[in-house]
Amino acid sequence: MKSSDQKPNQGDSRRDFLKKSSVITAVALTPGAAIKAAENNADERFAELFEKIPLKLTVNNKAYQTTVEPRVTLLDYLREELHLTGTKKGCDHGQCGACTVHVDGQRINACLSLAVMNEGKKITTIEGLANGDTLHPMQAAFIKHDGFQCGYCTPGQIMSAVACVREGHTNSRAEISEYMSGNICRCGAYPNIVDAIIEVKEGGQTV
Amino acid sequence: MINFQYLRTTTAKSAIALLVKDKNAKFLAGGTNLIDLMKRGVTAPEKLIDINHVPLKEIKQVGNKIHIGALASNTAVADHVLIKEKLPLLSWALQAGASAQLRNVATVGGNMMQRTRCGYFYDIEMPCNKRQSGTGCGAMEGFNRMHAIFGTSEQCIAVHPSDMCIALVALDAEVVLASTKGERKMLFKDFHRLAGDTPHLDNNLKADEMIIGLEIPINNLAKNYHYLKVRDRASYAFALVSVAAAFEIADNKIIDVRLAMGGVAHKPWRLTASELFLRGKEASLNNFEQAAQLAMKDAKGFGGNDFKLKLAPNTIIEALNLAKSKA
Repeated sequence: MKSSDQKPNQGDSRRDFLKKSSVITAVALTPGAAIKAAENNADERFAELFEKIPLKLTVNNKAYQTTVEPRVTLLDYLREELHLTGTKKGCDHGQCGACTVHVDGQRINACLSLAVMNEGKKITTIEGLANGDTLHPMQAAFIKHDGFQCGYCTPGQIMSAVACVREGHTNSRAEISEYMSGNICRCGAYPNIVDAIIEVKEGGQTV
Repeated sequence: MINFQYLRTTTAKSAIALLVKDKNAKFLAGGTNLIDLMKRGVTAPEKLIDINHVPLKEIKQVGNKIHIGALASNTAVADHVLIKEKLPLLSWALQAGASAQLRNVATVGGNMMQRTRCGYFYDIEMPCNKRQSGTGCGAMEGFNRMHAIFGTSEQCIAVHPSDMCIALVALDAEVVLASTKGERKMLFKDFHRLAGDTPHLDNNLKADEMIIGLEIPINNLAKNYHYLKVRDRASYAFALVSVAAAFEIADNKIIDVRLAMGGVAHKPWRLTASELFLRGKEASLNNFEQAAQLAMKDAKGFGGNDFKLKLAPNTIIEALNLAKSKA
């Protein structure tokens, strides 16, 4: 796991920093476009490459207004900026599902979405599932059925499981397995995860 | 990830205008492949033009064709009542690809633009003619278990990764493309390319063009069809071999048949000779076996993928059997 998108200190803005520092120093750290822009003395364009983009979005019913570098993924934004570390970074390449969150009610991999692509959207993370101290039925069912061992994939599994029930893809164990296949559990808790999902589905509660 | 400029637009016209201004710009739709490639350093566009707000998500019937907007998500297409009823092969193929999370975000146009999953293409320390011209092909004599057996070139033996595209080539889809000069249509079978001497090119989309959508003729293939995907695990893996098969049968006689294969070539591989052989014949196991043998003409293994020479015909036969027994 690496947090290459993690940003340095929040003091001086990067734009100020770049304007103050010599172009030569910065060149070594910058993309091809910036080097070209620098050669052309296009200072504004050079600075633009590091410009943060305004972003408005709602996370767990709380509105946020901020600015963010375009390259920051939704996953890194949630974890590093909002400190909502319940959403996990597993593979960071859309292969494991540990970063599953809901965007406008649909489950997605937060690692393969840029934060800026989510302008105006409503995000729900694992932290937004419980109602105060009352666990969400899916959280309670995972505990009851021992749907985890190490727990690292669990937030993603639970977010995916809730979506799976809402989508109606819970008509058989095979269908559940198919529609949960985007969430990998290295401890192999799969049978218990399916049990938890079946219990929630059969419980008929609103999820 | 190397930083880039981010622009957002709401019309196809302005998206194309932004694209032609900068040859290092790329469109950003779902991003499920592009962002991954950017994280790995396989590609580093200087500018991303976010087209997610361009209104190209509609799925509708116009006359005897189904129109699908390029920005419709894979889930939206797979679950749409029109697609399930009239083009179920497409729905099945889509559901065989990726995971629910990825399908919610990945778009039709993005799916068509997917790059290969060849490990040498993805690993920037490795030689790859597709990623960097003239560096050689690591797969040719390396780990090539996932690689092509048809239409390969000296320079590249990578395979096209999509499931959706295998169904689309079988369904005689057309692609609608737009540029500053207006719109044009292209047969889906002509969209993707073989590697040849230009392995860096996956398709025939021009640098100033945008995929607007698909037009797919409604057919009589919605009863007897199957998309059979053989992979290393039961779900959420790329195909070793996949087969899209669909028939129109009357009194066990084949009136129309479509066959296409995935996981075997640099483009969706339509089995034209096998189709021609089967048309007008009885839908029998013997004929299926002969059709499968015809499909394997000119197939060539590279060591690690030799098993596909046997797996591919077996998958064709099984897909035809399953399509036949569906009704």
